[in-house]
Amino acid sequence: MARIYNRSPKLKGLFKSRLSKIRFRGSSLVLAVPYLWMILFFIIPFLIIFKISFSEMVDGQMPPYTPISSYEDGKLDIKLNFNNYKFVFAGDDLGLDDFDLETEENAQTADGAQASEKEEPGFFASLAKKLESNLYLLGYWQSLKVAFISTLCCLVIGYPLAWAIVHASPTMRSILLMLVILPSWTSFLIRVYAWMGLLSDTGFINQVLLFFHIIDEPLVMLHTQFAVYVGIVYAYLPFMIMPLYNAISRVDYSYIEASMDLGARPMTTFFRVLLPLTKNGVIAGSMLVFIPAIGEFVIPELLGGPDAVLIGQLLWQDFFNNRDWPLASTIAVIMLCLVIVPIMWFFKVQRASEVK
Amino acid sequence: MSSQSPHIRSKWRLLFLFVGLSFLYAPILILMAYSFNSSRLVTVWKSFSFDWYVALVHDEEFLHAIYLTLSIGFCAATMSVIIGTLAAFVLARFGRFRGQGIFSFSITAPMVMPEVITGLSLLLMFIATANGSHALAGWLTEKFGITEGSFLYPVLQQMDGFPDRGVFTIWIAMVTFTSAYVTVIVRARLKEADLSIEEAALDLGATPFKVFVFITLPSLTPAIVSGWLLAFTLTLDDIVISQFVAGPKSTTLPMLVFSSVRRGVNPKINALATIIVTIVSLCVTLAWYLMRRKEKRIQREMAQIKAK
Repeated sequence: MARIYNRSPKLKGLFKSRLSKIRFRGSSLVLAVPYLWMILFFIIPFLIIFKISFSEMVDGQMPPYTPISSYEDGKLDIKLNFNNYKFVFAGDDLGLDDFDLETEENAQTADGAQASEKEEPGFFASLAKKLESNLYLLGYWQSLKVAFISTLCCLVIGYPLAWAIVHASPTMRSILLMLVILPSWTSFLIRVYAWMGLLSDTGFINQVLLFFHIIDEPLVMLHTQFAVYVGIVYAYLPFMIMPLYNAISRVDYSYIEASMDLGARPMTTFFRVLLPLTKNGVIAGSMLVFIPAIGEFVIPELLGGPDAVLIGQLLWQDFFNNRDWPLASTIAVIMLCLVIVPIMWFFKVQRASEVK
Repeated sequence: MSSQSPHIRSKWRLLFLFVGLSFLYAPILILMAYSFNSSRLVTVWKSFSFDWYVALVHDEEFLHAIYLTLSIGFCAATMSVIIGTLAAFVLARFGRFRGQGIFSFSITAPMVMPEVITGLSLLLMFIATANGSHALAGWLTEKFGITEGSFLYPVLQQMDGFPDRGVFTIWIAMVTFTSAYVTVIVRARLKEADLSIEEAALDLGATPFKVFVFITLPSLTPAIVSGWLLAFTLTLDDIVISQFVAGPKSTTLPMLVFSSVRRGVNPKINALATIIVTIVSLCVTLAWYLMRRKEKRIQREMAQIKAK
């Protein structure tokens, strides 16, 4: 690889500017090692799931899916099979034609929604009905909802905490920062497990509440959606606090003082001055919670109930239990489409904070 | 940082700290307390005992999983530090090059990518590779008529179905997943680093390789060490990706814990959790103390220089 880089004049032009100072023989190798690794183990795997999502499942064969391309008589034949995508969007009971009709109707209603208020409930009702009848769409919807609400909760808990750490004395600040990071160095699984014991019917919280006669019979908390929210917020909170801490500690405090001196109330100062100044930290922290939460598997599996299955669990079930690899790949590709926008946003913010 | 954030003494600040930190720590502390409970029912307190620790130490399956996980973690963290440091160096020092967009994306994206996607895609790639190598080995055997006696036979045997799912595939997956974190840490350090020392060395005739080994690398050591530790703990902690790419004989500790926890709370897991949390806390506190001491020393020295 190194040789190819050195010999090709085009590729040699890769290294300009500052490298002109630090050009050395192995420099192309320095680039090639991580580059090749990431192409081999990150980019190519994606192309493979993309490919497999277009094939069909075949039971009892290894690998359990049909090839999408065949080479016969010197002719390459590529067959793309969209059945998996249709299946995810249209579900079990809805036929394909049905689905097409319905989306058209929906599109019309969506367009006309503003014009005529009366049609709006119809649109939402049909959407809700469709969501209920379709396991996968419901899974995506639940995942987005859980991720969004958890991110919001992390923000509400994390922002005051980050602010409080920034405004501690220097020694305390360093101790507090360590205390916030420490849980994320211990096992993720253990932190989720801790809530299993706390939330169960005979668990710590119920025992305390029963002891003080606040409740008469144990609350059902484990294996509900509430438990999933608690688990995600708890597990991802440190990832929210760190970017927020960095953003808040960089704020020039004279802006805050100016705002207060000019008579703004604390709330106004917060929303009009501090929050806009720490926007990038808020976005970075939110993305660090939101994106992994969409595909979360462990937390809903341990804390969640059967009523709300998230998309990560559906992917897992289809892959490991049903051995339907093409369908699992399709779920992954659609999930990727969902997270790619937040990921790009995260990168933009990262780059912006680096320029500073 | 033109104006330092002041130290604010307000009730609100203490309240936020109290609520936030108790939310973070209470569950872990309660979990640890129940590990000393002699009852099999984790949540019903009976009496104080070390029974579960004894049971844990005598559990061969757990011990093997711990050994396996630690060794994968060690190897993965080492490789990920190499990849991550090189990548950080490329991103921080190479200026713009073609394919930089793809490079910086693929080196940082595993950090935020949902784990089920990373795991599934890697597994499917390993299986595709295994099928390919199986076909290739078969083709080669036929083409060259290699029999059992040939010296090439064992080579082809090895090639057939490579890579076997197990420790090796977990290692690759973990390196891919963790090198992003190392890159971020090392890159931040490279950005802060003073270029003039390296330039001086270059001007004085050191080869770029020498400059890298004797000047850049030592100044990066703290970042590399923290990157290694982070990669190590992330590897020890991973369930989803490992579960996807693992083979039948490579059950890591998190996978074992997960399968046991799925069946309900288990006091042995409480004991294990207590041990892990204690070790991690001790290490982090020690690291924090050492860093703090060094920082203070630097501050003192700076003050002395200023005073002169």
